[in-house]
Amino acid sequence: MTNLEKYNEAFTESFGVTAEQLPNLEYQGIPEWDSVGHMQLIAALEDAFDIMFDTDDIIDFSSYEKGKEFMSKYEVEL
Amino acid sequence: MAFWNTLEEFGERTALITETGEHISYSALSARADEIAGAAGRRCLAFLMCKNCADAVAGYVGFLRHGIVPVLLAENLDKSLLDGLLESYRPAYFYIPNEKISSLSGEVAWQSGSYSLLHMPFEQDYELFDELALLLTTSGSTGSPKLVRQSMGNIEANTRSIVQYLGISPDDRAITTLPMQYTYGLSILQTHLFAGAATILTEKTLMDKSFWSLLREQEATTFGGVPYIYEILKKLRFERMDLPSLRYLTQAGGKLPKELAEEFVNICREKDMKFIVMYGQTEATARMAYLPWEYAHSKAASIGIAIPGGGFWLADAEDNPISKTEITGELVYRGPNVTLGYAESRFDLCKPDENHGELHTGDMAKRDADGFYYIVGRKKRFLKLFGSRVNLDEVEGLLNREGITCACAGVDDRLDIYITDADKLEKTERFIKEHTAINPNGFRLHVIDAIPRSDSGKVLYSALNEKRGS
Repeated sequence: MTNLEKYNEAFTESFGVTAEQLPNLEYQGIPEWDSVGHMQLIAALEDAFDIMFDTDDIIDFSSYEKGKEFMSKYEVEL
Repeated sequence: MAFWNTLEEFGERTALITETGEHISYSALSARADEIAGAAGRRCLAFLMCKNCADAVAGYVGFLRHGIVPVLLAENLDKSLLDGLLESYRPAYFYIPNEKISSLSGEVAWQSGSYSLLHMPFEQDYELFDELALLLTTSGSTGSPKLVRQSMGNIEANTRSIVQYLGISPDDRAITTLPMQYTYGLSILQTHLFAGAATILTEKTLMDKSFWSLLREQEATTFGGVPYIYEILKKLRFERMDLPSLRYLTQAGGKLPKELAEEFVNICREKDMKFIVMYGQTEATARMAYLPWEYAHSKAASIGIAIPGGGFWLADAEDNPISKTEITGELVYRGPNVTLGYAESRFDLCKPDENHGELHTGDMAKRDADGFYYIVGRKKRFLKLFGSRVNLDEVEGLLNREGITCACAGVDDRLDIYITDADKLEKTERFIKEHTAINPNGFRLHVIDAIPRSDSGKVLYSALNEKRGS
């Protein structure tokens, strides 16, 4: 699996959404991505890439697209 | 005289701080509260749709001050569930955010700021018991019409007791992390009003940057959290955050896993913050027990001791008191904060006190030699999803009415719904998401071949787990 596939899977598994929904996905944009869902997403990404996010990055991780920018900081190339 | 009637005596002290940093004094809050409730005028029943904002608090305070009995409701309550509650209770007024009024029949009696007071077109064919002050939902997410009846004396006694044991001072500032219609969230607001302290009101969650900047800028001294909030704090590496204004944290709304509790005891100790575990139920207004912070480490996993003015005993299967230590029985509480009883419809609102100061909690507990209590299980069929109570039989009932054969079980923060017809998987999921307020991250669906039952036809909930893999 490529890194992008792993990144996408964290979202689709955490929120039960389809790949087509991903590009516009935002925090609190769907009922599943609330603070509880956010925690599950962060845990899924940390597990998938064996990384540990900084507090500020967890809080700033506000959309599918924005999250991509953070991944490179953790040496994950998508 | 109850504290809400004398709030103006705190004068220009700050009562509320809004998300934009506006400070609202006690005299301004009292004046605003009286204006809203004055528009209703007389003792009656009112629905109040809650948000953590100054207009919602002013409405609530006004209702209490004018003997108007509010039913506090979640803002995101499903329309069909709300319609059911309206029909069951027929309130005289509905205090509601402006953007929601178009979906309701009713005339605007008062409007200012972000809220409106609607005069509802119902005939008042019921009466209110003299001491009735407030109605709270028991299981808001399924829209159950079952409400807890709280008296003025209940609120006053419980608030006074909490202020005393937490040592809330006029210099304290609580920041909201929980909704106002939720008894724990409401008690944080009420205790700070009682003490002449301030409450910082925000709709933001701990996952929002602006929550943390508001906490820092307005120098919050405390907040409360249900177990999942502590899971979030752990994820956010709370131990590395620099939040010098925080003086203490409280925890209630369910049992914290032991490792997490120990972790926060240690984190708070290093940060010179108190960490106070508490225990309560809506049926006891809010609070019944607390673990004095000095014992946070030595008595970890305990709910502590009864709050000032209250007391516990443990009942055996015949409802006789258990005197020995370390024996499990049902936890029974006595105190002035034990509420009047339940209401299932408007015709129950005239009922007097049915509990007489004693509450069988439905929680199974034991007591150690030092008199500290430990919850070990539950007698009743409910669980908590991120702090909110969900009655498993009610969820089954809702799904049965949709023609879905099911059984519900699970643990806190995870509801397991077992159905027998795989073709109804999607329908079940859609129904729960669209017609209940159950958090979509809080439930899992499982298809099993049959619901396991005993010879007498009772569902064998303990056998559900094993069926899952098959």
